[in-house]
Amino acid sequence: MALLEIKNLYASVAGKEILKGITLKLQPGEVHAIMGPNGTGKSTLSNVIAGRDGYEVTKGEVLLDGEDVLAMAADERARAGIFLAFQYPVEIPGVTTSAFLKTALNAKRRQEGKPEIDAMEFLKLVKAKTAQLGMPYDMIKRALNVGFSGGEKKRAEVLQMTMLEPRVAILDETDSGLDIDALRVVSEGVNSLRSPDRAFLVITHYQRLLDYIVPDHVHVLAHGRIVASGGKELALELEAEGYAKYLNAAA
Amino acid sequence: MAVTRETAAAVKEVEQYKYGFVTDIESDKAPKGLNEDIIRFISAKKNEPEWMLEYRLKAYRYWLTLSDEEPAWAKLHFPKINYQDSYYYAAPKREKLASLDEVDPKLLETYKKLGIPLLEQQMLAGVAVDAVFDSVSVATTYKKKLEEMGVIFSPISEAVHKHPELVKKYLGSVVPYSDNFYATLNAAVFTDGSFVYIPKGLRCPMELSTYFRINEKNTGQFERTLIIADEGSYVSYLEGCTAPQRDENQLHAAVVELIALDDAEIKYSTVQNWYPGDADGKGGIFNFVTKRGACRGKNSKIMWTQVETGSAITWKYPSCILQGDNSVGEFYSVAITNNRQQADTGTKMIHLGKGTRSKIISKGISAGHADNTYRGLVRIGAKADQARNYTQCDSLLIGDKCGAHTVPYIETRNPTAQTEHEATTSKIGDDQLFYCMQRGMTQEEAVSLIVNGFCKEVLQTLPMEFAVEAQKLVGISLEGSVG
Repeated sequence: MALLEIKNLYASVAGKEILKGITLKLQPGEVHAIMGPNGTGKSTLSNVIAGRDGYEVTKGEVLLDGEDVLAMAADERARAGIFLAFQYPVEIPGVTTSAFLKTALNAKRRQEGKPEIDAMEFLKLVKAKTAQLGMPYDMIKRALNVGFSGGEKKRAEVLQMTMLEPRVAILDETDSGLDIDALRVVSEGVNSLRSPDRAFLVITHYQRLLDYIVPDHVHVLAHGRIVASGGKELALELEAEGYAKYLNAAA
Repeated sequence: MAVTRETAAAVKEVEQYKYGFVTDIESDKAPKGLNEDIIRFISAKKNEPEWMLEYRLKAYRYWLTLSDEEPAWAKLHFPKINYQDSYYYAAPKREKLASLDEVDPKLLETYKKLGIPLLEQQMLAGVAVDAVFDSVSVATTYKKKLEEMGVIFSPISEAVHKHPELVKKYLGSVVPYSDNFYATLNAAVFTDGSFVYIPKGLRCPMELSTYFRINEKNTGQFERTLIIADEGSYVSYLEGCTAPQRDENQLHAAVVELIALDDAEIKYSTVQNWYPGDADGKGGIFNFVTKRGACRGKNSKIMWTQVETGSAITWKYPSCILQGDNSVGEFYSVAITNNRQQADTGTKMIHLGKGTRSKIISKGISAGHADNTYRGLVRIGAKADQARNYTQCDSLLIGDKCGAHTVPYIETRNPTAQTEHEATTSKIGDDQLFYCMQRGMTQEEAVSLIVNGFCKEVLQTLPMEFAVEAQKLVGISLEGSVG
């Protein structure tokens, strides 16, 4: 059984149909990239999977290990193992990254029937994970995303992902606003999380992220449909030739 | 832990709400209404000296002249109170319950959320347990230690007898009996409260709270507190509790007076969680409180921290009169209103001495159909050279049916003074909620986390053990406020 299965998914925002029949299967261990020009429904797809308000699913299914994801509230989806790395991570003033991480981790542990993490154990874990990702430990003492640079925000997303160890991670334009050094750090973080029982859905506009996070499959999204699928070489072709021919074909 | 225990006295009333109490006009309860006889009755019940009765009567006679002068300037709406339709003296009595099974399950659920240990839950809910006696004896031990250091900490009714010179000198010296409608009423009918005196040069080694008076009778409705910190002393005082408190008496009008002499410091922390009424605004306490501190000596300091989550109506302005040169006043406030609650709260900083400084940090959170007003006055007198004030008022809105209002007054009569005022209003964003929930938090956990972040500057001024409970309380008071 696929880890995440999207079946003939239709979704609209404010009455306007954005996704028009998406079908996708992510097997454990796989990295899928979704590419496409702006305004074709890439972010809609990630928001619908994560359960953000304001998106109406009109048809189709999303299954995690065969379970109906669309029937779950956003927080239940998260605890079931779906993680969304945000394109624009949200500032939470006055809440330290550390307090935020701890609350999120404890929510997950509660789901697993485990007791709340002990304060010392938590600090040890954060220390290990920040070191592993090459991040300054002091970052966790700052209010989450407040005054963070673009690169810091994306690193904080990867740190959260590392702590929460999701089954399926969706990266929504994680490369946007990153310089080449930050892109490398973030990609290395993601790569260190690749494992045989985890799947990634990497959403991006540009091919350059895929130089660092090498996908098993690449899909082209245009006008709310997947219009082409292939291996990593498809990304290179898109880089060279642009999206024009797919847009025309889909229109 | 001390904090949750000290609440026992107040929460003993919780079940009173449900069961009512035994009435015995002869000994326990004065008849309804207010007149000079009732005041004489109260004074006689407390076996007060003549001067105390005179003080009460003076206040009462003055109050009669105020009949139509209930303050109307606050942004609060409530039906006219019939003061002749209340009881002004009632010594509460209550049957002990046999076990927690007899306690309102909703109340128990809240205790659980606040993380109150089982034993203390039993105490708070008024279940008969032997352990209560242990805690009383612990309190007695502490009390003895404090006495050895020269600290006076007793019910004010006891201080009237044992330390009349101190009470006479300071009672009404910060909040005169003629101060305002509610304070005047309080001066006439106050039942009891705390009296604290810290001797010269002593740094009181423990947080004082009504915990030590656990075996004292209820003083809820018209409480009177007087705290005096003599030269060079320090005291931290905790009032209230995080556990929800109910009371049959809808009207509460307390008065708190603080006096700090040269180089003394008083830190006064309150958590107020009186019954706020139901979701439609029925029931709930009207809380009209006058709290004021006088920094009478040079280099003295008074710091108010309040977390106000309860009551249907909160009318409260803990203030500082900065008389001594280089004295300091600080006010940190979190006021949360949900459903139909109304809060009009803030502070007054009256700068009289040279080099006086004040700081105001106010965080108002409004949800449901609630209204939350910050009202503050910073007044700098002509002689207050180089006085400084910094004011920051932040409002947070949850939903689109609530209101937040900021009414800051600044009056400066000295050209060398500096005042700064900053204010912000924000909303809990759907983006913030979704972000937290995408990390697995429930909606309620998310709201609690975000609001606690918003209030952090204030909550971190609370004593440690109080702070942890206050953080949980912030979340609980906003349950059901979103979506």
